[in-house]
Amino acid sequence: MITYIEAIRQALWEEMEQDERVFLIGQDIGIYGGAFRATAGLLDRFGPERVIDSPISESAMIGTAIGAAMMGMRPVVEMQFIDFIACGFNQIYNFAGPNHYRWGQSVPLVVRGPSGGGVRGSNFHSQNPESIFQHGPGLKIVAPGTAVDARGLLKAAIRDPNPVLFFEHKFLYRRIKEEIAEGDGLVPIGKANLARTGRDLSVITYGAMLHVALEAAGRLEADGIDLEVLDLRTIKPLDDEAILATVRKTSRVLVLTEEQRSGSVAGEVAARISEHAFEWLDSPVVRLCCPDTPIPYSPTLEDAYLPNVDKLVAKVRELASY
Amino acid sequence: MAKLSRNWGPLHPVADDETDRLAKSDLPRERQLEIYRYLKLNRMTEDRLSNLYRQGKVVGGLYSSRGQEAISVGSACALEPQDIVGPLIRNLGTMFVRGVQPREVMMQYMARADGPTGGKDVNTHFGDLKRGLVAPISMLGALIPVMAGIALAGRMQKKNLVALTYIGDGGTSTGDFHEGLNFAAVLNVPFVLIAEHNGYAYSTPAAKQMRVKNIVTRAAAYGIPGEMVDGNDVLAVYETTKRAVDRARSGAGPTLIEAKTFRMKGHAEHDDAGYVPPELFEDWKKKDPIDRFERHLLANSLATEEDLKQIVTEIDEVLNREVDAALASPMPPPERAFEGVYAE
Repeated sequence: MITYIEAIRQALWEEMEQDERVFLIGQDIGIYGGAFRATAGLLDRFGPERVIDSPISESAMIGTAIGAAMMGMRPVVEMQFIDFIACGFNQIYNFAGPNHYRWGQSVPLVVRGPSGGGVRGSNFHSQNPESIFQHGPGLKIVAPGTAVDARGLLKAAIRDPNPVLFFEHKFLYRRIKEEIAEGDGLVPIGKANLARTGRDLSVITYGAMLHVALEAAGRLEADGIDLEVLDLRTIKPLDDEAILATVRKTSRVLVLTEEQRSGSVAGEVAARISEHAFEWLDSPVVRLCCPDTPIPYSPTLEDAYLPNVDKLVAKVRELASY
Repeated sequence: MAKLSRNWGPLHPVADDETDRLAKSDLPRERQLEIYRYLKLNRMTEDRLSNLYRQGKVVGGLYSSRGQEAISVGSACALEPQDIVGPLIRNLGTMFVRGVQPREVMMQYMARADGPTGGKDVNTHFGDLKRGLVAPISMLGALIPVMAGIALAGRMQKKNLVALTYIGDGGTSTGDFHEGLNFAAVLNVPFVLIAEHNGYAYSTPAAKQMRVKNIVTRAAAYGIPGEMVDGNDVLAVYETTKRAVDRARSGAGPTLIEAKTFRMKGHAEHDDAGYVPPELFEDWKKKDPIDRFERHLLANSLATEEDLKQIVTEIDEVLNREVDAALASPMPPPERAFEGVYAE
């Protein structure tokens, strides 16, 4: 049984072991092993040329990785907290993303780091910035909700010839433990996972909210509501097929995400459903997201801000009786 | 540091008698004539592009490196085949030295199907790693960490290569200039950055861009060597770049070079540069890098008037063919707009 963070460490370790082009850039990832220990022991095993401690320069870290990636290396950049990816926005959004379209040069880059709230991190250590980058052509975005997926998707991200943003969820780092099978366990980018089959109503979600959805599903059984839970796993490109399949099956959809509501991934999912499966719907597509506020710090405030099982159960009951 | 007669401010060229003589160089005659050919190719191609622009054939803006050709050509000639360079908008000469053909540039400016990006991107925004060329993005400074990463990968792959890129005086005000140069210095990668101090960033004079007179003083902030060079002396640019490139290749890390020059046109073709005091153009015209190099070649008996005329005639003939070839290329088919977002 290994934790989500250990699954990430294993993926890095194994990819570095079997491909000498893979190397890491990050702040405090060397001797310290990373703020969350995702790179513990890697410096000893692979040396300072492949585990590079960086200055506090997110833009230069990502820019340097882009250059190395164009040369055929497979850099993985750690954002100590994913919130700081904002400081490297230009390199990701303007350099890495459009590069292949513009002049045919691929950029096999991974930028990974801890996202998400629930750990009282306040506004600069809790963000979910996936929707900002969802808009960017040429990028892929992954957000695993299980340890098995974290390992398999990180390996797939490192092997992908495109820039991949890998949004881990720090709330899950040490809270979930799973059995990891022998072998690579690659999880393809762009494929959602039906985490629970049900017949009455679909919750489409990803990341830590997957676990909120699964817990709510258990509770709703008592109401006689059979919830289907689709774990997107990949935010970009979205698995339209899986999304439309669950809509056609249950005809009622709630999109549950841990991001501010406006301009969200949830909004994109809802739009696709209404464009392509409107005639299958028995009720409006509903979103349960965070409010359009910065992320508050105090436990009472953050609990009010984040979706949780109680809020989801209430929303599902409402939607089921529409 | 290259010896300079005095500490230049950005907008004050040194008097003619002090600097018309070019730096000492042991480059053989053939190499010097090759440099002359690239300088003329750079300028004459841009003149042809100006004509195409006036004929409405250029799609969007046209950017000129007039007056700055010596920096592109001199620095690119100091590179080895395995080296990799990231040219900016005013480094057409660099691209020619790396093997780009004029028709590629013309097709690119005219958004044609057979251009290097097939109409997907503008002007000098194309690259080809096989020729050691990386495409820039419009956000200045961004190439600095990217080229540092090229240098880092080259070292990991034991390719013995040096990465070089350019920045203008305006571009030194970006965050990526600082982050990129600092990280390159910390990593001690084989990297050379040439700051082309041409007096203006669009309409903004250097004095509104920075308090320092000389960009090169900033090298000290990164713990790396800095060299200042007369950017209108192609031999000085060559020799200075060569020293920095050799140092980088030997493992001694990055160098910041400041090349003093002047932008002889507006920011782009549409801009008449009315904000530039006319006497600055007059002063700097006397220091035109190609005229100066011609005087050097003739005074040192490295070429006759006839030799130079011959080179110009040859370039003219080449450009006639290149313009025709570029104009013959169609516009890209609309469906190409949707292709190639992801690498397979």
